[in-house]
Amino acid sequence: MPSSIANAAPAATAANLNDQQTQDLHQKIAATVGRIEVDDAKMSMRDVDVFYDDKHAICAVNLDIAAHEVIAMIGPSGCGKSTFLRCMNRMNDTIENCRVSGSLKLDGVDIYDKKQDVVQLRARVGMVFQKPNPFPKSIYDNVAYGPRIHGLAANRAELEEIVVTSLERSGLFAEVKDRLDKPGTGLSGGQQQRLCIARAIAVNPEVILMDEPCSALDPIATARIEELIDELRKNYTIAIVTHSMQQAARVSQRTAYFHLGYLVEVGETAKIFTYPEHKLTEDYITGRFG
Amino acid sequence: MSNADEQAAVVDIVTAGLKRRYAAERRFRLFGLLSVVLGFVFLFALFASIISTGYPAFQSTYVQLDIDFDPAILDISASPGSEELSAANYAGLVKHSLRELFPAVKKRRERRSLYQLVSIGAEYELRNRLLTAPSFIGRKEALWLPANDDLDTFMKGGIDRQLPQENRRLSDQQLTWIDALLEAGRIEKRFNTVFFTSGDSREPELAGIKGALLGSFYTLIVTLVLSFPIGIAAAIYLEEFASRSRWTDVIEININNLAAVPSIVFGLLGLAVFINVFDLPRSAPLVGGLVLTLMTLPTIIIASRAALKSVPPSIREAALGVGASRMQMVTHHVLPLALPGMLTGTIIGMARALGESAPLLMIGMVAFIVDVPQSITEPATALPVQIYLWSDSPERAFTEKTSAAIIVLLVFLVVMNSLAVYLRKRFEKRW
Repeated sequence: MPSSIANAAPAATAANLNDQQTQDLHQKIAATVGRIEVDDAKMSMRDVDVFYDDKHAICAVNLDIAAHEVIAMIGPSGCGKSTFLRCMNRMNDTIENCRVSGSLKLDGVDIYDKKQDVVQLRARVGMVFQKPNPFPKSIYDNVAYGPRIHGLAANRAELEEIVVTSLERSGLFAEVKDRLDKPGTGLSGGQQQRLCIARAIAVNPEVILMDEPCSALDPIATARIEELIDELRKNYTIAIVTHSMQQAARVSQRTAYFHLGYLVEVGETAKIFTYPEHKLTEDYITGRFG
Repeated sequence: MSNADEQAAVVDIVTAGLKRRYAAERRFRLFGLLSVVLGFVFLFALFASIISTGYPAFQSTYVQLDIDFDPAILDISASPGSEELSAANYAGLVKHSLRELFPAVKKRRERRSLYQLVSIGAEYELRNRLLTAPSFIGRKEALWLPANDDLDTFMKGGIDRQLPQENRRLSDQQLTWIDALLEAGRIEKRFNTVFFTSGDSREPELAGIKGALLGSFYTLIVTLVLSFPIGIAAAIYLEEFASRSRWTDVIEININNLAAVPSIVFGLLGLAVFINVFDLPRSAPLVGGLVLTLMTLPTIIIASRAALKSVPPSIREAALGVGASRMQMVTHHVLPLALPGMLTGTIIGMARALGESAPLLMIGMVAFIVDVPQSITEPATALPVQIYLWSDSPERAFTEKTSAAIIVLLVFLVVMNSLAVYLRKRFEKRW
């Protein structure tokens, strides 16, 4: 592939089809390399297209996510991986000019169906964001918020148990057990992010979406969260967007490579990072661009 | 030229310009400091002039008279009913005691100018005293009664003895009587309770601020009760729920324009709609509050929307991410964080409403109202309107009343703002 295309690629938008070279590129990546289907699919996405006004952000993406797996989504900035992640619990609904088409199924049920309640969906598909965003409330209230609004605990003792269990699972309990009534915003960045994870798992979701959860953290906090993700896999299905290929390699079983809104390649993480089939994937993971 | 030479040249150029750059900074600082000082000077001058003219109004002059509650002077029977008592000749009591004090005064005209030294408020006071305690009949008491405004002004140094008689409010003869009263220790200045306990009056010594103060209070209560919830609800709907469309754009432009509409226009609207169409009572704080609500709403909505906008979107995402509904997201997370800003906006709007007089003129709150209003539907006036009315009165004594009323208005404002600051501090969450 001529290097000029590679250099132009990150700047080009998917909708910008008048450029001949870009058009060639789109043809090259339109079909996903690798197996998109899995045997025990927790979530199953088919022909997903996302538009921001006229901008075509996600183009005909097909992908399955297996139960109890960690799937990593990688790709250069602006490739649509975060957008795709946010489709899976309909966080994109809050963006006014965003339009989603195609079928996204959770346990075989279309989550964009009119009958699907979005509050119920987000209770089943939790989310952890790029920047730690604890509520300006106490640590306890941060974790208890989800169970409270959904009415998951019958009494105070039950609620406390949920809070403690969630904090233990997120590996934060030992550090904060003496100051549960202190504001969550007073914790360090890494602790805040684990608090956000505790908050997400307090509702006991089936799937947890993580949008670059470690990008604002130092290496030690990052290592702590990566460990945590691996433990969480026993109980939850996890989709994680990351800019760090090492992180993808460490935590995930499968990896999906996005480029310009297309899903270029998907497969076993070990295979993607050792024998990528697609030229673009290879260029990205070897650090030639992106 | 080598690179090192180029670098040396750059240093020269930078050094050459440095002096000019620092001079500009010093000039700017000087101007800034000057404007701050100028602001303080004006503020100080304003307060000094208001307080120096206004503070005498918080005192008033009283004359001690020996009142003989003789039924014959009162022109009543020995055991009068309350109706007879309230119609009795109290002016006669005052006149009688003055005549006793100055027996030499015989001529009708001289007597009349003697009687002028005591306020007609003295009669009302005597009547109240007898109505509450009829047992006083037949007794003789030394009572302190309010002096006339001219005597009051004289006592506060507002009348110059050196002026020729035609040019001052008190005649030579009156001055000699006053000197005699002073000699006898029968004239005293006391704290002016009348000013705080009564409504407006044509007599400066009887005029009080209470009617206007309560009128303003009721008006502001109506304004707050209506504009705070409506304004915040509108802001939340527009900011959090309404999808952006041409309609919301039109609404937004209109709200911004309404904030700039001169307040008297709202007064005209209130007159046309609330009084002429809905037939609400004229001059009532209810209508005043409605009009000021219209005027304040845009301010509150704009400030509340700004406060909502400043809540970081990550908080909204966090709430939605754990499955909160939009309403829960707003009430549990966004609103508590936006509330301090909303309160600030509300208080700015309310402070503007408190100082507003033009729209109130349109709906009749400018009328001369003696009674202190008891509810929001009774005729009332407001503090700024009262100030305007008094500043227009010819009596010398109203000058100090005007300044005193301004002081009361400013105190009201300061109390309101401090309350707002306190509330804001309480609601403010630390991050």
